[in-house]
Amino acid sequence: MREITYRQALNEALAEELERDPNVFLMGEEVAEYHGAYKVSQGLLERFGPKRIIDTPISENGFAGLGVGAAMAGLRPIIEFMTWSFSLVAFDQVVNNAPNMFMMSGGQFNIPITFRGPNGPAHQLAATHSHATENFYASVPGLKVCTPATPRDAKGLLKTAVRDDNPVLVLEAELLYSSKGMVEPPDEELLIPLGQAEVKREGSDVSIICYAQTVPLALTVAGQLEEEDISAEIVDLRSIKPLDEEAIYKSISKTHRVVIVEQDRPFCGVGAEVCYRIQKNIFDGLDAPIMRVSQEDVPMPYNEKLEKFVLPNADKLMSAVKKVCYA
Amino acid sequence: MQRSEQRDEVEMLAMMLLIRRFEERASQQYQAQKIGGFCHLYIGQEAVVVGAVAAVRPDDYIITAYRDHGHALARGTSANACMAELFGKATGCTLGLGGSMHFFDKQRHMYGGHAIVAAHVPLAAGLAFASKYRNEDRVTLCFFGDGAINQGSFHEALNLIALYNLPVILICENNLFAMGTSVERSTSLKQIVDRAEGYDIPGDIVDGMNFREVRDKIAEVAASIRKDPHPAFLEVRTYRYRGHSMSDPASYRTKEELEKYRLDDPIIRLRAQLTREGKLTNEQFDVLDKKAKQAALDSVEFAEQSPELPVEDVYKYSYYEGNKL
Repeated sequence: MREITYRQALNEALAEELERDPNVFLMGEEVAEYHGAYKVSQGLLERFGPKRIIDTPISENGFAGLGVGAAMAGLRPIIEFMTWSFSLVAFDQVVNNAPNMFMMSGGQFNIPITFRGPNGPAHQLAATHSHATENFYASVPGLKVCTPATPRDAKGLLKTAVRDDNPVLVLEAELLYSSKGMVEPPDEELLIPLGQAEVKREGSDVSIICYAQTVPLALTVAGQLEEEDISAEIVDLRSIKPLDEEAIYKSISKTHRVVIVEQDRPFCGVGAEVCYRIQKNIFDGLDAPIMRVSQEDVPMPYNEKLEKFVLPNADKLMSAVKKVCYA
Repeated sequence: MQRSEQRDEVEMLAMMLLIRRFEERASQQYQAQKIGGFCHLYIGQEAVVVGAVAAVRPDDYIITAYRDHGHALARGTSANACMAELFGKATGCTLGLGGSMHFFDKQRHMYGGHAIVAAHVPLAAGLAFASKYRNEDRVTLCFFGDGAINQGSFHEALNLIALYNLPVILICENNLFAMGTSVERSTSLKQIVDRAEGYDIPGDIVDGMNFREVRDKIAEVAASIRKDPHPAFLEVRTYRYRGHSMSDPASYRTKEELEKYRLDDPIIRLRAQLTREGKLTNEQFDVLDKKAKQAALDSVEFAEQSPELPVEDVYKYSYYEGNKL
């Protein structure tokens, strides 16, 4: 194991999959000559050439659709959105074409495509550039959605996504690109299956269900809670769809109390679905009502103080945990 | 002209007749409520797809919009599989899962049947991208209506196709109406082909009621593309005799206009050409037409008798390799 950044981990995953399979190509805005808006594709053009690392004009609908068509013809495209907020102009391709093709063609055309890029609010990007899109996309049958929080998960999930025979959305996080973590050495194949949550910290008093940018938040809060003698177990979903329900129930069977902390909005958010499933399947295992911490239900403001108020934060999470623990 | 080509033309006339008779049956079955959803008929436009298919190789990619019955039939999907699809049966060309607007036949390189207007033009770019990526000399034929040319995805795709110099023939089946809105009420240009110029794609206008003109033009363009991959745009002027869909009485146009086009019918025209040249007798034509009518009738019988997928199968088609979620 060695320590690398989340950005390097993604870069390694891309390079390894491009190396392994000549049908894999990377396409998106600024991915080649500019090395990616967030430098995730650094060095790939030099290594794999312009045939496989392809810059596009600003035409998300166009190149997302080109990817779907190339996948119909047997290639395995990796389509980068500079941010998932920009995927909204390609919504028709991601939601209507990629996941529907298999059903619509009576099973003749599966679409082995990876859509990836940073997702969720970053820092003061205001309403149009701060979308957390996981709940939109996870509601669509035919799509798979994963949300890596660590360099190791980023590498392992992206590699798995590229090998999947279905459309997989890898929702990265801008604020995590420079974060560091331990990852297996490059000569060791690292594949993390979709639909497998991971307990990032063991605990006994309360389960905090989190993903993506809320994982580091939950870990920080868990440290603070320890000082107050509350032992929190941190369950990182890693995939929103498929969802690892067993891991959630296993943790709750131990702690009997749950807080879900999500980076998206409260209304129809990921937490609402997780919450429904918990009460349906493990109602008797609960000692307190389930709490959710998410964004406030407003478009994202630019002002730093207001943005902070809107986002899930440590104070909100602390208070939710204390509430379910009756502390 | 070679003998084999003469035979081909008669065969192609037979295909146009099959499409015509199939669509007439589909119309009748729709009215009898055997067919659900939306149903857009191709009657009047047969020379476009049949001419195109006659001009290219069977392994060239074909992709089209929702008025797609003719495209599947022309590619060789059986009338039975097409009618069964309209009936929603398991023997349909997409197992009854796609319906009228989503015909697919992978084996015959018919890549759909796409019902969001112009959303398949980027897919065509992807198909052509794949051929170029693999150094194949395949051509992608992308059909769309005049209504597609004002949609954003069309413009994004054309720019990408031109920018990457992809081997696509963009075939605009200009039947003068986007649903009920005429071209002059929807499009800022005097002629559709000028759209291509904006993307530096060579364009041409073709008489879509003339099978030979369509075939020869597409053959010429395809040969040029195979030598050196590039895009091309053809505005093929045609006419649909029926409304936009089965629920449209087409009151936005006059009887006189329709009659004018009926006199220029693509089937009558090819028949006359062949008869004049001594390649087809009236008796031979009657046999072809009778066969087409019978095939259409038989397809209804086949569809009626076919089973539906069991409901539990609905879970099999969300994800490839079973529904492992």
